[in-house]
Amino acid sequence: MTVPALQAIGVSASLGGVEVLHGVNLALPAARWTCIVGPNGAGKSTLLKVLAGLLPHTGAVRLLGQPLLALAGRQRARQLAWLGQNEGSAEDLSAYDVAMLGRLPHQAWLAAPGAVDHAAVEQALRVTQAWEWRCRPLSQLSGGERQRVLLARALAVQAQVLLMDEPLANLDPPHQADWLRLVREQVAAGQTVVSVLHEISLALQADEMVILAQGRVAWQGACADIATHRALEQVFDQRIGIYPLAGQWVALPK
Amino acid sequence: MSPAARAHHRAAWLAAGLLALAALLLATGAGVGSTGLQSIWRALDDATARQIVLDIRLPRTLGAWLAGALLGLAGAVAQGLFRNPLADPFLLGSASGASLGVALALVLFGVSPLAASWLSALGLTGAAFLGAMAAVLLTLALARGVQHTLRLLLAGVIVGVVLGALGSLVTLLVPETLPAMQAFMLGSTGFVGWPACGLMAGALTLCLALAWALSPVLDGLTLGEATARSLGLPLAPLRLALVGVMALATGAAVAQTGLIAFVGLASPHLVRSVVKTTHGRLMLLSALTGGTLLLAADILARAWIAPQELPVGVLTAVLGGGYLLWLMHRGRGQRGAP
Repeated sequence: MTVPALQAIGVSASLGGVEVLHGVNLALPAARWTCIVGPNGAGKSTLLKVLAGLLPHTGAVRLLGQPLLALAGRQRARQLAWLGQNEGSAEDLSAYDVAMLGRLPHQAWLAAPGAVDHAAVEQALRVTQAWEWRCRPLSQLSGGERQRVLLARALAVQAQVLLMDEPLANLDPPHQADWLRLVREQVAAGQTVVSVLHEISLALQADEMVILAQGRVAWQGACADIATHRALEQVFDQRIGIYPLAGQWVALPK
Repeated sequence: MSPAARAHHRAAWLAAGLLALAALLLATGAGVGSTGLQSIWRALDDATARQIVLDIRLPRTLGAWLAGALLGLAGAVAQGLFRNPLADPFLLGSASGASLGVALALVLFGVSPLAASWLSALGLTGAAFLGAMAAVLLTLALARGVQHTLRLLLAGVIVGVVLGALGSLVTLLVPETLPAMQAFMLGSTGFVGWPACGLMAGALTLCLALAWALSPVLDGLTLGEATARSLGLPLAPLRLALVGVMALATGAAVAQTGLIAFVGLASPHLVRSVVKTTHGRLMLLSALTGGTLLLAADILARAWIAPQELPVGVLTAVLGGGYLLWLMHRGRGQRGAP
């Protein structure tokens, strides 16, 4: 078997003194899109932060086979990109400047961005359809437009592993569809994508699903697997049902 | 032209404009004083007039620009570091620390700055500088480091209040120091000579270089702490270095010119209202703006009721406060609350 992109071994983590994750064991396959779902307070965002190395934890996390905590900051930053939710707003920076921040892990300190950096930023802004307003400061963009710039920032890192917490927040349906296509292209190109999504129908579009409940992994399996659907229904107290529709799976409230 | 280049263009024009304005003001500053413009004409053949221009007006004028630039830079660093548009250079308690230092020095030396000989003047500025540094260190110790910006902010407020109260107490106990203390609290460029200019120029060069080198971390922090760390930025040491830059710039300015209000707060806002750019350029432009602002205010303070003069700190407080008020009302509705 190939090396998993991310691996958690007996990982526990606390928020404000309360243990939120209890001994999570997990292996996320490389070059696949994995969605983490679960009820509110299950520890989805906490798990994602731990996997990104942004939260103190016990147990071990391995990124592409290497112990995460042993990696130098910049080295980790080149291999793993992070897109959080509701973080800073970068009001005064232009969309282009924001996307260029994604190149920080690649640049020597004090060095001006090179041609490679500019090319990466342009490509990232074009695939997220944010290139048009690259000169505008973020304070002049709508919530959805900002979200696309922030996504471009994460893509500009060109990391092998991309972690996203609720990346679809503020996006309208056409841009959600664009986002899905973008993720599939990234995965087809060999990138590993891990996202936390609360919208189950969208999460079912992923390759793999990790279902968290009360700080533990309740299930991990393929999104197309019927057993995964049963596990989903059970975790949500049978209040949702998973049905096939137009060749896809959708979750509906019961 | 690439978008980055376009913004850089605008920033470069602003910088050039500010430098030209500063040069113009510098020339004006040399002509303003109790003996008026004629000192300039007579400077060629009259030794006294030459001395007035070269040893009093010029260093004082240049000193006003340097102190303003230091405060403008410190203000931009503070607002970036705390991600708060209301942050100012005195936030970490340096102002109260400096006043306490001066109060103690006045009591110990038993001198007034008006009669100060060179040695005692150096002693006072030294005391102010040490006081400012000690206050920042105390704030850092109380906040247990720089990891937690909110804790740092609160510790700064506490240190500011407590040291300020102590300073007032010392002044109250030894009333003879009251006029000198008041002069310090209001801020003045009247005692700036060439050595002070040299010190401030050195501090400004060092702080600008450091701030420029540290600017990527401030840009990264605008995306939030988690994202900044995910980009591989070692936040703790970089933040500490930025606090150091802020403390050094503020301490150097306060020690030479006293507590000058609003220059540090208003300069970054002034720059942002003209050009939105990355922190490296913002800090540079904010320093240039601060210098120009304080120099203009100083000339105004000297010329308005000449041969008397106003304390420049009073003028910057009134002008800066008015400007911020205008900015607030103009910007209402179009700026999201940060």
